[in-house]
Amino acid sequence: MSDTHSNTAAYVRDTMLPQKAPPSSQVGAVRWVRENLFSGPLNTTLTVLGVLAVYYLVANMGPWLRNSIWNANSLSECREILAGASGACWGVIKDRWHQLLFGFYPQDAYWRPVLTFVLMIVAAAPILFEQVPRKLLWFSAIFPGVAFFILWGGSVWFPVFVMMGFVVGYAAYIALQRVSGLVATIGALAVPVIWWVFLAGPIGDLFATIIPIELPHIASDEFGGFMISIIIGVTGIALSLPLGILLALGRQSDMPLVKWICVGFIEFIRGVPLITLLFTASLLLNYFLPPGTSFDIVLRVIIMVTLFAAAYMAEVVRGGFAALPRGQYEAADSLGLDYWKAQRLILLPQALKISIPGIVNTFIGLFKDTTLVVFIGILDPIGLSTAIRADSDWNGLFWELYAFIALCFFIFCYGMSRYSQYLEGKLKTDHR
Amino acid sequence: MSDTMAAREVDRSHMQVSDEIAIDINGMNKWYGTFHVLRDINLTVNRGERIVVAGPSGSGKSTLIRCINRLEVHQAGKIVVDGTELTSDLKNIDKVRSEVGMVFQHFNLFPHLTILENLTLAPIWVRKTPKKEAEEVAMHYLHKVKIPEQALKYPGQLSGGQQQRVAIARSLCMKPRIMLFDEPTSALDPEMIKEVLDTMIELAEEGMTMICVTHEMGFAQAVANRVIFMDQGQIVEQNNPHDFFNNPKSERTKLFLSQILGH
Repeated sequence: MSDTHSNTAAYVRDTMLPQKAPPSSQVGAVRWVRENLFSGPLNTTLTVLGVLAVYYLVANMGPWLRNSIWNANSLSECREILAGASGACWGVIKDRWHQLLFGFYPQDAYWRPVLTFVLMIVAAAPILFEQVPRKLLWFSAIFPGVAFFILWGGSVWFPVFVMMGFVVGYAAYIALQRVSGLVATIGALAVPVIWWVFLAGPIGDLFATIIPIELPHIASDEFGGFMISIIIGVTGIALSLPLGILLALGRQSDMPLVKWICVGFIEFIRGVPLITLLFTASLLLNYFLPPGTSFDIVLRVIIMVTLFAAAYMAEVVRGGFAALPRGQYEAADSLGLDYWKAQRLILLPQALKISIPGIVNTFIGLFKDTTLVVFIGILDPIGLSTAIRADSDWNGLFWELYAFIALCFFIFCYGMSRYSQYLEGKLKTDHR
Repeated sequence: MSDTMAAREVDRSHMQVSDEIAIDINGMNKWYGTFHVLRDINLTVNRGERIVVAGPSGSGKSTLIRCINRLEVHQAGKIVVDGTELTSDLKNIDKVRSEVGMVFQHFNLFPHLTILENLTLAPIWVRKTPKKEAEEVAMHYLHKVKIPEQALKYPGQLSGGQQQRVAIARSLCMKPRIMLFDEPTSALDPEMIKEVLDTMIELAEEGMTMICVTHEMGFAQAVANRVIFMDQGQIVEQNNPHDFFNNPKSERTKLFLSQILGH
């Protein structure tokens, strides 16, 4: 390479150029407006139309909201105060908010759903946020029993011994694992069922007579309002995700029988409207069950809503699995991880991360679908708005009730949406 | 031919081939549907051997080594790895897999775990090693592949060459007795190939039993004790590197070598 210098065309840079700032006309608000709002005739037209639409909305909604009446005990009183002007009559919310939230739950027991709601937040915190101490997960595990006891009341021993079924199942699994993995799995499923069917009831009754700890019982038909939406929605959400994951795994299984059952279940549930499943829950189920079995209507609805959401969840999660490169399966296999460990440690965390938007979509859908229970006689907020209008004081009032219900649903659904965005950001490790 | 090998003298003092049989493949056949991918493969690998498998694409070389840890299922014949025969018995498969390390073309690191977690996952969950001990072992191997400072990063933050070295370290953490390399440098930029090959040479110098599917003929000449040439699902020729490159017997091998070494 000694002849480089004699070659006049060759060039060697000896100082590197420093970075420069962009020209001043290329930064700032003016450029943003010009580029994003008025970049061409079409964009300019759309901007103007958009501004007009917003103005029209505000101009019409504005007076109605500005003339809001909070202190009125009936629609006619509202109309007197307004004297012909347009205005919102929020008096109905002030008068009936407790019904919209709690239905016909006894007023002196409102502390019970409120306490449950607070405990629910405590139970959910360690699942949703990793900053919360892990030890709280123990409370999350027993929360379903606690919530059942506080909301429905009765003897404390009934939920205690139902929850004990899981402990018994786990103990059976540990004890039988020495025999073989298959026997242990069968035992872990069979022993709790035997426990629940034959033992939990009598032992619960026995304890109830020896150490009676109980709250006044409140029947399911007194439940209503947002309370019932949250009970059905949260239980459905908590149960449909694990069930959906199992169905998604089953659908991918190499075992034909497992695969066919899962495919059949998913396709059947997805092919049927939720409302038919709810009618099945409320009417038909009684024909199939042995006479005399009373099967709580709320429980039946929760089961149906869960099954419905699980079928959708399974497909969402399957999409996540399908998006994983084959190499991830192979890498997990080549390290000697067995099926369940590979799923739990490698594949599922990634598949779920990919599916977060779809999963939250299904959750939000499920939560809003709880309003369908109005058709089988459960008084959710929609059902109660009809009940409130049946009172001659508030007959003829629509907007305010629906606006309030919409706002409550929006707060929940928007909360879920924000959480999913937070989670996506937190789990983003691929640095693309 | 790759020039990357020239710079380094390979230390052969620990490269000893013993009489002990590590892998024994006997009359193995495999089909994809009706397509006959592997035909009557007979191959015995002794402990300490460094074998390079070469051949045109589609010749079945990757499929062959993927059969050794049963990422692919063979339909006829027998594969015995470290005395364990590969059948549909899941226990045997997991046993073989935990003894045989594999490095892939596309690294296949777990993107949701840090480098350290990638390395400790299998020792903790398969070998039941205590977490602290697994982390010590992991750091030892990260030092060995010369990237201990990356331990707490995620795979997506590393270059291709670094990721592949992590992948090698991840396999080594399981203390495997055999290492399989499936085109480990094919997805890398030329500047990064050398760092991965250096890591593989070091491994060979320590006496690891290795089977490498690779197009790096410089690596084959420097490290391998045997080169296997495959075409159309069959082993066409195998020989020591010197004779393989300088005195190929079959026409197909000559053609392949003239194309791969010609430029």
